[in-house]
Amino acid sequence: MTPVLQVTNIRKQFGGLTAVDGVSFSVNEGEILGIIGPNGSGKSTLFNCVLGQLQPTEGEVRVDGQLVTGLRPCDLNRLGVSRTFQLLQVFPQLSVRDNLILAGQEHRGSMGTRLFGARDAGLTDDANRMIEFFRLSHVADEKAGGLSYGQQKLLDAAMAFMAGPRLVLLDEPAGGVNLTMLGHLRERLQAINAEQNATFVVIEHNMEFVMALCDRIIVLAEGKVIAEGTPDAIRSNPEVIEAYLGH
Amino acid sequence: MMDFLTSRAFKGRVFVLLMVGLIVLPFFLRPFGLLLVAMWMVHAVAALGLNLTLGYAGQISMAQGAFVGIGAYCTGLMTLAGVPYPIAFLCSGALCFAIGWILGYPALRVQHHYLAFVTLAFSTLVFLVMRNEEWLTNGIYGLTDIPRPILFGWNTGKAQDFYFFTLLMTSMLAFCVWWIIRSPWGRAFIALRENPVRALSLGVDTRRYTLMAFAMGSSIGGFAGALYAPLVQFFEPNSFSLTLSLKLLLMVIVGGSGTFFGPFIGAATEVLLPEWLRIAQGYYLIIYAMLVMVLMMFCPTGIIGLGERIISHLRQKKISSERSAQAQAMGQDKVAQTKSDTQGGAGQ
Repeated sequence: MTPVLQVTNIRKQFGGLTAVDGVSFSVNEGEILGIIGPNGSGKSTLFNCVLGQLQPTEGEVRVDGQLVTGLRPCDLNRLGVSRTFQLLQVFPQLSVRDNLILAGQEHRGSMGTRLFGARDAGLTDDANRMIEFFRLSHVADEKAGGLSYGQQKLLDAAMAFMAGPRLVLLDEPAGGVNLTMLGHLRERLQAINAEQNATFVVIEHNMEFVMALCDRIIVLAEGKVIAEGTPDAIRSNPEVIEAYLGH
Repeated sequence: MMDFLTSRAFKGRVFVLLMVGLIVLPFFLRPFGLLLVAMWMVHAVAALGLNLTLGYAGQISMAQGAFVGIGAYCTGLMTLAGVPYPIAFLCSGALCFAIGWILGYPALRVQHHYLAFVTLAFSTLVFLVMRNEEWLTNGIYGLTDIPRPILFGWNTGKAQDFYFFTLLMTSMLAFCVWWIIRSPWGRAFIALRENPVRALSLGVDTRRYTLMAFAMGSSIGGFAGALYAPLVQFFEPNSFSLTLSLKLLLMVIVGGSGTFFGPFIGAATEVLLPEWLRIAQGYYLIIYAMLVMVLMMFCPTGIIGLGERIISHLRQKKISSERSAQAQAMGQDKVAQTKSDTQGGAGQ
């Protein structure tokens, strides 16, 4: 079976600094892969190389077997690859519903049909379903900038799922989210994974969250993969304990 | 009351009243008054274009005045050569669309004040071409006796007729802009302004939308120029110097950047207000500058933003007074309940 995402020997250098050093991994359909590691280990740089935000110095990225290295993020998104960011990235002046419609509209028709077609690109129903799924109904018409941090995090995640992606890369989805909201977010992600067989790659520092959510975990340190395995295997790996988890 | 002020019904009524006012206005105004209101409409159209580029898509442009000039020269030269006005009008928009598209390329590489300088340089370049290339533009002597159009037998030569023609064209162009900003394109432009990195990750082709924002905004500036030429019937390069670009920028900012009606209000403060403040004579500019400074200090979102803030403040006030009234009523109920309980207990 062809993996949904296959990353081979990715290396990224900034001048003399090697942020990512020959990282390879693959993710199968319906799998949730976690990427953990200390700050500065190259996790976000790796994400940015995979998603076309940065051009890797070396290596290749394939989605469903198709070579996508260097493809622009908007083109990758149209291939069914979506992402969230470490820092909040919603559109504060747009309403929650409009944020979601925007997240899906570029997948509907051409630029011409979007100019002359319906204002909502036929996405209001989909957006309402997503609003309900992420329990944001009470703030659906509020401007996104006026929501609490946790609600904006949920909206950020909801936007990544709006176009029905095959692969979603989540960069620290639990960062700064309170415990109640965190449990809610995990439950929603697991539901999408179970219902739609969506594939996730998750970068996270919250060990409880990542261990409960992921099927498999890879550990980065100084730009290299130092361990790979199930959550239980990672938890008891001496090298990981030494480099990241601590005793 | 507050809800009504922000409702579609209210906005619709204001719009209808405004349109009726603009239709009956010429019957009460002298030719100079008509010229002034028509000038306001032409400037509002140019500012609408800039608002699309700057207010919605967030791409700063100091070249809108240059596009008005290109549109005016294109229409002026073509109609003087005997080309029918509708063709000249469309050519002005098309030419500015093409040049605006090309000018959009630097915006793919530079942003903010760097982009402002690129567009400023373009504006200066256009001004120099208008002034120095006499073979084409007649240099500092400008273009004179530009004919007013005759459309399907309707001669717009008289002030009142041309006023109605300007009103018709302004309404049509405003409708086009309204359509764009209400379409998914408008949403994509806002995304481009607010967070281009996130927009890109959601499939928004920011490169194409940036170019489109420039091209469309410039094209509307060109259409404004195509209206300006037969309105004034004489112009020279100084009419389209950097001052016009700065004025248009001020109109957008003062009126309310990123709002549909902002440019209309901004253009009114720039074109109509000076006439109303004539009594202040030489102090006019001082008064105007002070008004702008105060507005920008206390409400950088412009006059429309100021209105929204007032409505939002009044609404909050209403909600909190309703809540305190409710709390008071609940408190009274509780006291009455306790009293009756106490009396009941004593009776037993």
